[in-house]
Amino acid sequence: MAGPGAGEPAMEDERSFSDICGGRLALHRRYYSPSCLEFCLSCPRISLRSLTAVTCTVWLAAYGLFTLCENSMILSAAIFITLLGLLGYLHFVKIDHETLLIIDSLGIQMTSSYASGKESTTFIEMGKVKDVIINEAIYMQKVIYYLCILLKDPVEPHGISQVVPIFQKTQKMVFVQHTG
Amino acid sequence: MRSSSSPFFLSFNSGPGMVLKAFFPTCCASADSGLLVGRWVPEQSSAVVLAVVHFPFIPVQVKELLAQVQQASQVGVAVLGTWCHRRQEPEESLGHFLEGLGTLFSHEPWLQLCRERGSKSWNCKATRRQGPTPLAPACEDQVMLIFYDQRKVLLSRLHPPAALPERQAGDATASAGGLAAVFDTVARSEVLFQSDRFDEGPVRLTHWQSEGVEASILVELAKRAAGPVCLLLACLLSLVSAASACRVFRPWPLSFIWSKLSTCEQLRHRLDQLTLVVSAHRAEGPAQLMRKANTLVSVLLDMALGLLLLSWLHRKDRFAHLAEALVPVADRVAEELQHLLQWLMGAPAGLKMNRALDQVLGRFFLYHIHLWISYIHLMSPFIEHILWHLGLSACLGLTVALSILSDIISLLTFHIYCFYVYGARLYSLKIHGLSSLWRLFRGKKWNVLRQRVDSCSYDLDQLFIGTLLFTILIFLLPTTALYYLVFTLLRLLVVTVQGLVHLLVDLINSLPLYSLGLRLCRPYRLAAGVKFRVLEHEAGRPLRLLMQINPLPFSHVVRTYRLPSCGCHPKHSWGSLCRKLFFGELIYPWRQRGDKQD
Repeated sequence: MAGPGAGEPAMEDERSFSDICGGRLALHRRYYSPSCLEFCLSCPRISLRSLTAVTCTVWLAAYGLFTLCENSMILSAAIFITLLGLLGYLHFVKIDHETLLIIDSLGIQMTSSYASGKESTTFIEMGKVKDVIINEAIYMQKVIYYLCILLKDPVEPHGISQVVPIFQKTQKMVFVQHTG
Repeated sequence: MRSSSSPFFLSFNSGPGMVLKAFFPTCCASADSGLLVGRWVPEQSSAVVLAVVHFPFIPVQVKELLAQVQQASQVGVAVLGTWCHRRQEPEESLGHFLEGLGTLFSHEPWLQLCRERGSKSWNCKATRRQGPTPLAPACEDQVMLIFYDQRKVLLSRLHPPAALPERQAGDATASAGGLAAVFDTVARSEVLFQSDRFDEGPVRLTHWQSEGVEASILVELAKRAAGPVCLLLACLLSLVSAASACRVFRPWPLSFIWSKLSTCEQLRHRLDQLTLVVSAHRAEGPAQLMRKANTLVSVLLDMALGLLLLSWLHRKDRFAHLAEALVPVADRVAEELQHLLQWLMGAPAGLKMNRALDQVLGRFFLYHIHLWISYIHLMSPFIEHILWHLGLSACLGLTVALSILSDIISLLTFHIYCFYVYGARLYSLKIHGLSSLWRLFRGKKWNVLRQRVDSCSYDLDQLFIGTLLFTILIFLLPTTALYYLVFTLLRLLVVTVQGLVHLLVDLINSLPLYSLGLRLCRPYRLAAGVKFRVLEHEAGRPLRLLMQINPLPFSHVVRTYRLPSCGCHPKHSWGSLCRKLFFGELIYPWRQRGDKQD
């Protein structure tokens, strides 16, 4: 395994890109040792503007219903829904960053961290990995490229059992190289 | 992505180019210096350290202990290297002594782990002789340290389970691949962990149980008491099943009734489950053990909920209220049905019905309702007693109470079922007649031998009568179709309510509560895999990783361990259901085991 010499400290590298929707993505590369490398792709944080917009819309709609029905339960229900919706969004939908940890002769680990702090990890052993490829897909009117891991089929030696995209949650925004 | 300035190549094949991985238990990180004892897996190029043998020791006794462990557990345990936990100044004599041990317990490769007391800096060396003689030059391999929690790895179970070989004599190597080999090694070496530091054995070990073997008084007592209790329960259950299989219940009307009642089905299901739980022979594997535990917890919870329901019903004399309310409710339903029929006999939704047929059908159904009301009034003095006795059966479980509720609903809506059957039969007769006469109208015939429509030349009088009948049937179709539609909707409503009750019963029956509780309280027991965390890394030191257990998600726990239920699932897809409804065939959405097809 080639890499910087053993005497150098852990190397870190950060670059920023922009995705097809225009948001900023940051790729952070960390080199621990000749046999361990980590890539971290972080998404833009939840913006105050969109949060305020959604909350105002929901509350205005609830107020409109309240003036029609004269039932104050609608307002409390709207507050409840907003809170639960925000908690659910932060815990299940909004990704903070995704990490890819590659350890030589052990395996590849992919971690997704959500905005609420929840982490979901998948580890693929090196014995199961067939290859890492760049695959093409047609999305609407354009062709996008994404990295994925091919897993070996236990039954058939030359077959492929699964295709696992790397950075699955953030990869729906494919990044195009941006200076800076 | 542009290629970076530091090329980084991954190797996807195992072989001599692999980095040596040393799995080290976290409990031994603060142990005194000694020998490392464990298993070497050459295919993965990994050394799984199981325990540390401390000084002073006699090499012959160490070898004896390892041979004993190897025989008892079929795991190739050997001395893998030395462990040195020293103070700031390295002691020269200790260093030479440790190197001398390498010649005493020869092992390829020989690990030398070293840690400075009180600091986080670790050192690792793995030497391999390049030739057969002890004086051949040694080469060093790159080592990666992976810490693991021995207790958690011992107790956990990987999903999906790797195919483990049978424990045959002489088969010391496991063919489980990858990290499953580590789990397998630790799990099978339980005999090594049986001695703790209070034992007066010849060899002093450090492992996860060396501070004292774990045991629980409650568990031991439960194990002792389980034998006689299981025997007693098994006798009782065999008596009950013998009684239920006896000749009294065989004759046709009774056996038909028993097969239709969902209460009997549920009771039989519970009886089977309990017989399985208290059976005398031990569980074959961990899956069987989990199933037994799940069944037991499910039955206990069921009974607890049933007793809760019973106490709630008895509290404010609710039984009497229920019995009093039952007859007026049945009366009310019958009255509403009568109003519905009166509406149908008039001009329903502005449609014009055929008066004669309308009156006939309407009067027929009204008479039925009259019979039904008389029947209910006849039964009314006995309802409270029947309900009270049925309510007692709730102590057998909430599922039994719900099944009784479903049966009561089907008994009380029996007239709706009858109306549906009459309407459906009439409608299907009409539809079949219409389709065959329509073919005659066009000059075709259904060929039964060839199973297809063929042309046919009819006589004039056949055509005349056929056309006449066809016209009559088609003009009477709206009336019959309307009655059929109304009663089918009512029947579907009742079936939906019963279906919801059955769904709830199914849920209680099949939810693996013990597994869910285990996942909640001891998440390391059910492992979907592992995850690694890179610990503090200094240049020049080996890479240190912490291996933690990745617990199985809740949905996977339910899917893997769900108990087999009664099997009362709808057998039709939506398409076939619509087709049956259109042609007037009778539908039985909730089929149970052993029912004959209509």
